[in-house]
Amino acid sequence: MIFTIAARELRSLFLSPLAWAVLAVVQFILAYLYLSQVDAYLVWQPRLAAIEGAPGVSDIIIAPLLADAAIILLLVTPLITMRVLSEERRNCTLSLLFSAPVSMTEIIIGKYLGVLAFFLILLGLLALMPLALLAGTDIDLGKLATGLLGLALLLAAFTAIGLFMSALTEQPTIAAISTFGLLLLLWIIDWAGSSDGQTSGLFAYLSMLRHYQTLLKGLFHSTDVIYYLLIIFLFLGLSIRRLDADRLSH
Amino acid sequence: MQKEVLVHVEHLYRFYGHTCAVSDISFELAKGEVLGFLGPNGAGKSSTMQMITGNLAPSAGSITVQGMDLLDKPKRAKHGIGYLPEQPPVYRELTVDEYLSYCACLNRIARGERDRAVRTAKERCGLGDVGRRLIGNLSKGFRQRVGIAQAIIHTPAVVILDEPTVGLDPIQIREIRALVRELGEEHGIILSTHILPEVQATCNRVQIIHQGQLVFADSITGLEQRLNATSLIAAFHAAPDLDSLQQLPGVSTVETLTDGRIRIHYLDTDPSEALIEQAVASHWRLYELAPERRTLEQIFIELTCSEPAAAAPGEAA
Repeated sequence: MIFTIAARELRSLFLSPLAWAVLAVVQFILAYLYLSQVDAYLVWQPRLAAIEGAPGVSDIIIAPLLADAAIILLLVTPLITMRVLSEERRNCTLSLLFSAPVSMTEIIIGKYLGVLAFFLILLGLLALMPLALLAGTDIDLGKLATGLLGLALLLAAFTAIGLFMSALTEQPTIAAISTFGLLLLLWIIDWAGSSDGQTSGLFAYLSMLRHYQTLLKGLFHSTDVIYYLLIIFLFLGLSIRRLDADRLSH
Repeated sequence: MQKEVLVHVEHLYRFYGHTCAVSDISFELAKGEVLGFLGPNGAGKSSTMQMITGNLAPSAGSITVQGMDLLDKPKRAKHGIGYLPEQPPVYRELTVDEYLSYCACLNRIARGERDRAVRTAKERCGLGDVGRRLIGNLSKGFRQRVGIAQAIIHTPAVVILDEPTVGLDPIQIREIRALVRELGEEHGIILSTHILPEVQATCNRVQIIHQGQLVFADSITGLEQRLNATSLIAAFHAAPDLDSLQQLPGVSTVETLTDGRIRIHYLDTDPSEALIEQAVASHWRLYELAPERRTLEQIFIELTCSEPAAAAPGEAA
């Protein structure tokens, strides 16, 4: 049942031009960034060769590419997640799901997986760029794997937050702007108090960027993975509660 | 005659803040019944239907569908329900076929039977030719039919239709009514509307809701009896004085109308025959005699207008 809902969600995404536009634009921008990184590497290569233990291709091309991708996806996620529930509510199609023999949990998880599948397709397309380097050189596959895992977790967390915001409102635009606001806040939250040199431990832990950076460096800490999983479960749980509340009061 | 009870609603309440939208509604729906829900706007018809279909949680009371409590076992209870809300819940970007097979999936119809279910539902709702068209491009009437097809795709025991004929043209309305009657033979149907003749045309039981309360519940035959005449309109070329009319058996009051015709109210026995005999014998030259029928509309207005219903004529009869 979950997969039925997920499949319809994914299908509906691709039936609207938005998904194609997002895929095209993101791919174009990332390709441009990728090429400029490759270009920069070619310029530095002679000098890097002289240095002992100099950063390699993975550090100079792949890590910045994935870091940039995270920022671009932070801007793009709200556009994709905004309509997931709010538009159903607006078009009164939610009652189709409510009167069918499916639970709230199945509805939310189905919708979540549908949108997540879209982002994983996007991630797959993105991963082709670093993998293309394999044709010419060796890359640190472990680092690439943790980087991609980090981006996947990040996207999964973004999607969960976006889904929750979409569950709150009837207006897709409001869902989009509040998702964007919350994502950006979680991204930069460790800036608070860091001006005097010492960062607050709590804010640093809350920052999505921090956890992503460690994964980009190729370090796999279970705390980082747990952090993302906590965010995902928290916001999915809240979405289920919110959808359930739809029946309780209007 | 013991009928299979499909829906059992008991002491249902629903509050929105301090306003009480539905107050102490209890009723039953048996197999083969078409139950019409009547009521002015905001009377609580839609709220009641939403509660029976699990779209709205009741503040108090219980709902059982085919013996299954809707709140305890929502999934199994919802299996037996097909629901068409006021706005047909259709995805405009899907084609009719895609949409219906999605609905079939949602209602857990086995993979092998899905195509057949979609075909049957389309056939019954007259959607045979539009299967491959986008729902967004269909007219309102067709979209409404897709909504109905969605509600009956899993052949539920109970079909709940919220104002199914709103916005349709007269031909489509007739088709939908015929469909409802046809469905009523094997399913139990609850139908809400504020078009009164529709109830008389399609339902075999009527309930009128007013300000959240059930103010009238009867079968359509019981209703017909209520609608029966309790007065006659007569016109004479040589009108007798009112007293001699008053003498006729059964007559309670007689009044002269502004156009010269006479209205004769009676209680139990219909005085028409006696009147005709008398008219012939006394040369009153009767040229018009018609029973006055009350319309459903009058009953509806009596029950839902704020004046006390007892003041309405004929209520005591």
